[in-house]
Amino acid sequence: MNQEPSSFVLKRRHLLGIEGLSPAEITGLLDLAEEFVTLNRQVEKKRTSLRGRTQINLFFEASTRTQSSFELAGKRLGADVMNMSVAQSSIKKGETLIDTALTLNAMHPDILIMRHAASGAVELLAKKVDCSVVNAGDGTHEHPTQALLDALTIRRNKGRIERLTVAICGDILHSRVARSNIILLNAMQARVRAIGPSTLLPAAVERLGVEVYRDMKEGLKDVDIVMMLRLQRERMNGSFVPSVQEYFHYFGLDEAKLRYAKPDALVMHPGPMNRGVEISTAVADGAQSLIREQVEMGVAVRMAVLEALARNLPNA
Amino acid sequence: MTALRPLLLVNALMVDPAAGTEIRGGLLVRDGLIADTGPHLTASTAPEGAEIVDCGGRIVAPGLVDMRCFVGEPGYEYRETIASATAAAAAGGVTTLVCQPATDPAIDDPAIVDFLLRRARDTGIVHFHPMAAITKKLGGREMTEFGLLQEAGAVAFTDGARSVTDALVMRRAMTYARDFDALIVHHTEDPALVGEGVMNEGEFASRLGLAGIPVEAETIMLERDLRLVKLTGARYHAASITCRDSLAIIARAKNEGLPVTAAVTINHLTLNENDIGSYRTFCKLTPPLRTEDDRLALADAVADGTIDIIVSDHDPQDVETKRLPFAEAMPGAVGVETMLPAALRLVHAGLVPLAALLRALSTAPASLLRLPGGTLAKGEPADLVVIDLDTPWVLDRDDLRSKCKNSPFDEARMSGRVLRSIVGGRTVHALAD
Repeated sequence: MNQEPSSFVLKRRHLLGIEGLSPAEITGLLDLAEEFVTLNRQVEKKRTSLRGRTQINLFFEASTRTQSSFELAGKRLGADVMNMSVAQSSIKKGETLIDTALTLNAMHPDILIMRHAASGAVELLAKKVDCSVVNAGDGTHEHPTQALLDALTIRRNKGRIERLTVAICGDILHSRVARSNIILLNAMQARVRAIGPSTLLPAAVERLGVEVYRDMKEGLKDVDIVMMLRLQRERMNGSFVPSVQEYFHYFGLDEAKLRYAKPDALVMHPGPMNRGVEISTAVADGAQSLIREQVEMGVAVRMAVLEALARNLPNA
Repeated sequence: MTALRPLLLVNALMVDPAAGTEIRGGLLVRDGLIADTGPHLTASTAPEGAEIVDCGGRIVAPGLVDMRCFVGEPGYEYRETIASATAAAAAGGVTTLVCQPATDPAIDDPAIVDFLLRRARDTGIVHFHPMAAITKKLGGREMTEFGLLQEAGAVAFTDGARSVTDALVMRRAMTYARDFDALIVHHTEDPALVGEGVMNEGEFASRLGLAGIPVEAETIMLERDLRLVKLTGARYHAASITCRDSLAIIARAKNEGLPVTAAVTINHLTLNENDIGSYRTFCKLTPPLRTEDDRLALADAVADGTIDIIVSDHDPQDVETKRLPFAEAMPGAVGVETMLPAALRLVHAGLVPLAALLRALSTAPASLLRLPGGTLAKGEPADLVVIDLDTPWVLDRDDLRSKCKNSPFDEARMSGRVLRSIVGGRTVHALAD
């Protein structure tokens, strides 16, 4: 691609969610991310646009892939990156969270990447600090960079997002990935379906901008993209679904169920996967799977978010 | 197996609660199905080789469907087997039997459903279907595999005589059940309010010095359940209603259009707490017998359709668990064999019309469980019962086919009995004259 380098600036201080982003902002971030995809495939992956900047990764919830993806993204842009993994047990509710925020703020970071188990915690912290804050996942609310990397993966493989039919399948109730994706895909004019047992669908889910299906055979019909979600182990033994066997039988994506979708349908999963629970190994590793590409796009998208936010930071 | 001879029932009064008709005439069975019915069918028009049964003007009705019957397989074969339970059922005019999951192990796994259906095929003489548990091991915590169990052949889900006390567990079970269009059958009795109670709370319990169970143990649980039905949209059946207060709750839910049905046991329709007399443990039941006022209200509710279904709540108990002080005895009574004669008391007392009674005993449960039967329509399976309405007799519990003899109707006078039971065109019971 020999296009002009993108000069896109995200004219916001924080990226707290997909909610509120305009289609132009989403497209701007995806276009910028394309440049980083190219960069990341070169031997020389380093840029200097964040040189002098301090990025703190503040993860109140354990994460391997998201944290390392943000770390790599910051380092490739030249920032000084510090990881703070705060054990959940040492945190004592709101006051401590705000105290932590004030302590960090005193160290003058430029960008704070934060994940927290409580919905709204990232926004709460963002109000207390002077730097930019990026939401790396808050409770069951939003995970904006995941939705952006999913959108980039879809766009690169299908050439567009609008008018595609995307099925999001499984534990939508507990999924911030699903919520961010539903918002983004709707903003970009895709048709979104939610498929899962009623016990794993949020109340009034049809009001969130999705068509609801409780059966994979019906729900996957004519679908372009099948997005599987992780089912947490503690939810699969009788509390939300009776058993792994029954869940996989009705809602696990195997080759037979994938055949209900379009022949060229593509399969995605935010990871980490439970093979044999929500997805079969044959599908996860099959020709229609984009799961490994999603990981690659994750670094590029996070570089784009950091770069686009940094361009908006004061330089004095 | 040789082909079945055609069977012609002649000189019968055919009462079909599904169609709402009462027709005099004959009924022809071919290949296990009802081939024809009507006044034109007489002995002189019989097809060649047909077996002809003269009903002597007595009633032919759809065979009974008993959706609440404890059978001890697996684990309690000394109390009842599929062979003994279905023999008792056949003698009682019951042509379809639905067993309960409180076995050992509990019916909470598709493999056990499969086992039972094979055992029934090999040892049973009436149609047999299992209900499966709502929660694993009937523990009230984790829901069972509704989808796979239903595919294996479970016709509904119940924790038997246990209530799912945790409202969140019940909510999720109902939510999940709705996806599979599964029927939840629930025993509505709050164990905390039952406490140490062993009979209906009131004057009689106080005089006997026995701890009572208030009707609120039932009504509070029932109210909770029906609100969860409204929340989740699940198909729900109250397994055993015992009191007047519950009827108003059921009626209100039905008026709201909720997918709700209710059953009453034959015991609660024909007995009351006074039948406990001097500590008769055969009248110790769960839920307990209530007052005469409650009984009359329940009978009215069967007549007007507020209560949909009558069940035997057949619960065979060994003498060793019944021959004990009242408070220590196990609850439960056998009933599958005596359900119809006992129910006829309501007809003779003018409390319930015959057609309404037969509907609650056959058409309604078949329809709720989506099973064949409960009708005399052409082309349907010939599951039939021939009923004598009037002949007086006295029950001797030693005559019962059940392995256990814990009948509250021992030595009771009855009017009317089952003359013949036919399952899929085969006579499985015929009373010797």
